[in-house]
Amino acid sequence: MSTVTDTANTPATDDAHGHDDHHHHIPKGLMRWLLTTNHKDIGTLYLWFAFIMFLVGGAMAMVIRAELFQPGLQIVEPNFFNQMTTVHGLIMVFGAVMPAFTGLANWLVPMMIGAPDMALPRMNNWSFWILPFAFLILLSSLFVEGGGPAFGWTFYAPLSTTYSGDSTALFVFSVHIMGISSIMGAINVIVTIFNMRAPGMTYMKMPLFVWTWLITAFLLIAVMPVLAGVVTMVLTDKYFGTSFFDAAGGGDPVLFQHIFWFFGHPEVYIMILPAFGIISHIVPTFSRKKLFGYASMVYATASIALLSFIVWAHHMFTTGMPVIAELFFMIATMIIAVPTGVKVFNWVATMWRGSISFEVPMLFAIAFIILFTVGGLSGLMLAIVPVDFQYHDTYFVVAHFHYVLVTGAIFSIMAAVYYWLPKWTGRMFDITLAKWHFWCSLISVNVLFFPMHFVGLAGMPRRIPDYALQFADFNKWISIGGFAFGLSQLIFLALVIKACRKKGEKVSSQVWDGAEGLEWEIPSPAPYHTFDTPPVVK
Amino acid sequence: MAQEAPEEYQKYYVPEQSVWPIVGAVALFLIAVGAANFVVESVREEPGLGGYTLIAGLVMLIVMIFGWFKNQIDESMSGKYSAQLGRSYRQGMLWFIFSEVMFFAAFFGALFYARAIAVPWLGGASNNAMTNEVLWPAFEAMWPLTLTPGGTETQAMGWLGLPLYNTIILLVSSVTLHYAHVGIEENKRGQLKVMLGLTIVLGCIFLGLQGYEYVHAYRDLGLTLQSGIYGNTFFLLTGFHGLHVTLGTIILIVLFLRIMKGHFTSDEHFAFQAGAWYWHFVDVVWVMLFVCVYII
Repeated sequence: MSTVTDTANTPATDDAHGHDDHHHHIPKGLMRWLLTTNHKDIGTLYLWFAFIMFLVGGAMAMVIRAELFQPGLQIVEPNFFNQMTTVHGLIMVFGAVMPAFTGLANWLVPMMIGAPDMALPRMNNWSFWILPFAFLILLSSLFVEGGGPAFGWTFYAPLSTTYSGDSTALFVFSVHIMGISSIMGAINVIVTIFNMRAPGMTYMKMPLFVWTWLITAFLLIAVMPVLAGVVTMVLTDKYFGTSFFDAAGGGDPVLFQHIFWFFGHPEVYIMILPAFGIISHIVPTFSRKKLFGYASMVYATASIALLSFIVWAHHMFTTGMPVIAELFFMIATMIIAVPTGVKVFNWVATMWRGSISFEVPMLFAIAFIILFTVGGLSGLMLAIVPVDFQYHDTYFVVAHFHYVLVTGAIFSIMAAVYYWLPKWTGRMFDITLAKWHFWCSLISVNVLFFPMHFVGLAGMPRRIPDYALQFADFNKWISIGGFAFGLSQLIFLALVIKACRKKGEKVSSQVWDGAEGLEWEIPSPAPYHTFDTPPVVK
Repeated sequence: MAQEAPEEYQKYYVPEQSVWPIVGAVALFLIAVGAANFVVESVREEPGLGGYTLIAGLVMLIVMIFGWFKNQIDESMSGKYSAQLGRSYRQGMLWFIFSEVMFFAAFFGALFYARAIAVPWLGGASNNAMTNEVLWPAFEAMWPLTLTPGGTETQAMGWLGLPLYNTIILLVSSVTLHYAHVGIEENKRGQLKVMLGLTIVLGCIFLGLQGYEYVHAYRDLGLTLQSGIYGNTFFLLTGFHGLHVTLGTIILIVLFLRIMKGHFTSDEHFAFQAGAWYWHFVDVVWVMLFVCVYII
């Protein structure tokens, strides 16, 4: 990072940064969490919520893998299987990955830019607390007569209109609330970054996590309303007799896909850009070098964000678009590999001739770089129109997006938790457990997702509860990997609970000896209120 | 320690705990559950609790807005807000308006796609001759789509007359609101009150005429929400716009009441500015709508 702080102006020890007298003591009990306006409390709430949702969504993945352990219908009804794939996707995207990143932004952005809190603290509370209600609605819809949403997390029309159950209305309104939550959260982050930076912190001195979240917030505000628009059309098509997605009324089911993916593709980058920021913090720390190519990282992030608006139809190559459109979206998609390649190059160049040590956050970061690249390269394969005709809707696609989302987004979130957890709790986490968590996850996740490439290339379709006999052996291994990955996350749960109970060695304010940035100059654990008056950044 | 603050730094006001967000969260929960059940119950024509839940949620939301805004107004009037906080509010409002722009963009996108792609293709354009020949042999592409492939007939809404008057009304209301804004900045309270009052009246006239237009569409033209993609885009675009005008008018009325109580000064009037921005945004959307939905 290029942030240099004036040490004279930086609170460096515990008592140096006492609470100002106008702040009350930290409130206690349930009311602290329900009524809080503190960015650290809200960050903690987001992170715990995301973790719980990760386990709930993970449990659904276990149902899916249990059903697919052997060919033939084994454990669940096909309709229930479809509900599991649908709700698993919705929960992981909107309930786990996005809230986890928002939680990290809440905890870290104010500390990184030297702000006293988020810009709009009460709205911050609101944007968190509507989320659990949204997921209460979504989960309760599984118990409605006729079952919950079973049309895939992408809710393509006419599956979600003509052929869906009565739980669709609940689904639509819960998505509306998730969208409102994301938009408010993003407005808060973007305003905080624009308006609350400490004096001297110019844009090109901002830590990369802040930069990537700034761009992510812009993407969120731009596309979540489009999602709100398209679920509204689904609602009116299903219940009020409109025909946006019905050819008999002059509409087109493909129109649904266009609008959905205009939201959906930037959404993919919403789930990965903050990850890029996290990795750009961790790799320099444990390589004991400055990040290679800071400015190019910023420009690459911005280019990825802009390109994300003109590639949406690569999800729709098999819908019968004109050839010229297929060519355009193919080429635009492949161009994204350039800024992404810049990033991977920069991380590797940062490590080059660094004095590298392999602490747990670094292990996750290196795994991220390698495995995210695997997912990126399979994405490049999918971008090629003629081969996409073969891969479309097979397990190859499932393998691709799980490599970028699980070993990409989720590994980066775990790396971030291991990296900043000592700052939050003031204690080092249990390193032995953490290493067990890392190696078990790393091995099992590859047993889980790598064979999916092969069954996908061989033609196994996704979202079907049964498969042809020749896929049986691979699927058995995939399921074993799945169960092992699921169980490995319980190690993580145990570790986090242990850390929250303040077990472990006390850590210094810098925690890691190569760590740089404002958040490492305040005491560990970070006091309830930090930077009441902003530090000066040179 | 924390050295002395950089000169002239005014502390950023971080509010203490607040009860209103969680009240608002429960309100949104009730609204969502209520609305979902209400929709299903009304389609099936089964009486249920959906409508009541929805109303309870809306009432709770209104209570929340009053409580929350009262808090903010008290804080603002007691001088707790710094210029920096004012900037946060302004930027927040602008990004909120941007999100609204994108919401309308989804519906405009649907309109353009239907006109430029979906309807022509159903009529056999591009390489879709067989789509037309096999699936919808009697269908001819046209816009406004007054006869759908499925055979629903309707009449198109013209742009002369009512819609044109409405356009003029809204444009004038933007001008009057601008002069109200000038009034607040130059501390001419009389001008402010008259111009803001005029804007509210114009907004109400617009809404009345829009309601009349809907009655005309349903009764005389046979143009309904079920009339195919032309009616769908017409009613959803004008309907969501109308909702926004309604909300904007309510905001202006609240501002008017606050001004009568003597709130706002020539340099402290964020709420007024936010309301004015919102109104101008709603106007711009209407101009887009008038051109794309009514004229061409």
